[in-house]
Amino acid sequence: MGQTRADKWFEAFIYVSLSLTVLIVVYPLVFVISASFSDPSHIMKGNVWLWPVEFTLDSYTKVFQNKNILNGYLNTIVYTVVGTAINLLLTTIIAYPLSRKDFAGRNVITGFMVFTMFFSGGMIPTYLLVRDFGMLNTIWALVIPGAVSVWNVVIMRTFFQSSIPYEIQESAQIDGCSNIRILLRIVLPLSMPILAVMTLFYSVGHWNAFFNALIYMTDRGRFPLQLFLREILIQHEMTDMVQVQDESLVKHMMQVEGLKYAVVVVANLPVLLLYPFLQKYFVKGVMVGALKG
Amino acid sequence: MAATLDGSDNPEKSSERKPGRPGKWKPFRKNWDLYLMAAPVLAYFVIFEYVPLYGLQIAFKNFVASKGIWGSSWAGFVHFERFFDSYHFWRLIRNTLGIGLYELAVGFPLPILLALMIHEARNRLFRRFVQTITYAPHFLSTVVLAGLLFIFLSPQTGFVNQFIRLFGGDPVSFMTEPGWFKTIYVLSGAWQHMGWSSIIYLAALAGVDPQLHEAARVDGAGRIQRIWHINLPGIMPTIVILLILNAGRILSVGFEKVFLMQNQLNMETSDVIATHVYRMGIAGAQYSYSTAVGLFNAAVTFVMLIAVNAIARKVNETSLW
Repeated sequence: MGQTRADKWFEAFIYVSLSLTVLIVVYPLVFVISASFSDPSHIMKGNVWLWPVEFTLDSYTKVFQNKNILNGYLNTIVYTVVGTAINLLLTTIIAYPLSRKDFAGRNVITGFMVFTMFFSGGMIPTYLLVRDFGMLNTIWALVIPGAVSVWNVVIMRTFFQSSIPYEIQESAQIDGCSNIRILLRIVLPLSMPILAVMTLFYSVGHWNAFFNALIYMTDRGRFPLQLFLREILIQHEMTDMVQVQDESLVKHMMQVEGLKYAVVVVANLPVLLLYPFLQKYFVKGVMVGALKG
Repeated sequence: MAATLDGSDNPEKSSERKPGRPGKWKPFRKNWDLYLMAAPVLAYFVIFEYVPLYGLQIAFKNFVASKGIWGSSWAGFVHFERFFDSYHFWRLIRNTLGIGLYELAVGFPLPILLALMIHEARNRLFRRFVQTITYAPHFLSTVVLAGLLFIFLSPQTGFVNQFIRLFGGDPVSFMTEPGWFKTIYVLSGAWQHMGWSSIIYLAALAGVDPQLHEAARVDGAGRIQRIWHINLPGIMPTIVILLILNAGRILSVGFEKVFLMQNQLNMETSDVIATHVYRMGIAGAQYSYSTAVGLFNAAVTFVMLIAVNAIARKVNETSLW
């Protein structure tokens, strides 16, 4: 297969520009990790470029001594686990009936749900509803609104329809198996890939969620991690903008500077650790949604 | 791919069971447990999606909490008029539209370009590597992303300004400079989501018929020519569908990131409709007014989606519906 000169140049161009893209994407991430292991004074002076300078674990020690962060971390774990469990349950029990051709009215129900993707009450009416239910400052405000994503229901329904032979379900039915048993004994065991995808989509969503907590939570004891992150990373930075000359303040700033990098690493640790293993599932989820939506 | 996206159902084998002549209620009786299963979710949708829709009427009322949604008195279009006449109106429109268009112009083509390039790279290992790396930032939370921006762009300690200083320039206070807001917003968005958004184009590229390439190669077409005349037209339906979706969303610029990047100093260019609704509604408790603003935004978004879809259908014969 002969390649022309132009094609060879083109090949080189592709590799160079892709490498550059990778560099641009990865550099900030590497920098954060290196800075989190460096002595804060070197970060402030701009000595850290690629590798940690004066390797130290001080910043991490400070992160784990910070009550807010620990508390937020714990809250976020609870919200993520409970929230994802609710998401999975509700998504499954609606996606399965919708996947069955003998489920009369499924088009009406799908329409009823898809409608809400385009028309929704918006921020304020939803807030008033949550408030009227007395869910403010409870875990329910974070896990109930948005408990079912229509998009994910469509993905799951499509999976049930295309990957699980209807004939198996039909014969089970003839043998007198109830629909609930069909779901539990036949469909779900065959649906592990899609359950994995859903678990990942939903749990990453909960882990990173910030907006609902911002509007529904005022009790600091129940803040998720992301709200404390905002205080440390953003609100603090704003006060830094005011030029400080005082010596003790400069010292304090230096410690906070180190803390910031470490806290970013710690906050993303679960996702970062899982990501390489789960990447293919994420991608699969996008594909199912894209091709069959 | 376009054919499945525009709603035509997937091929389904017609193995419908017809036990005698089913009565009208037969399917409901036979599958009563399926309905039982679906019921909680339907109830959820009624309560948490449709009740707020009903609550939208407070946009046309003077909502008083003690009287409830139904009991509050009608106000007509007062809140809408107040919004149109307000000092902020044009600033909000300009910023919301500005960020949306900017994002469409920069953020939309980049994933396509990336996908085309990844598809061309012959080395599988390299391709996997590029994908793994570029997908990763998608999983950072918005808070972390905004936090990183503040850290990296800090005038005293951020590495971007260290770099500028290295070359003898003056440090720029990026995050408080109104002129920089939109650029930072758009570029950081591209950085974060470019890889992830390219997945769908890569899927479409994988579906391009290899025989076309074969034939073109026999006819002496180079690689660039083949990308231009085969790959690009091959993924055009996907591009158009996503363009419609993105263009329709121009006015619904994401609240979270703007809100997190916003501060008193860059308000002039960073205040968008969503943050205005939040400030007036949640923080300021002006429920009726901010609902009206939100409703206006939703209505315009919807009209735009329909308009863009109509244009796409005329020009390209690919559309959402």
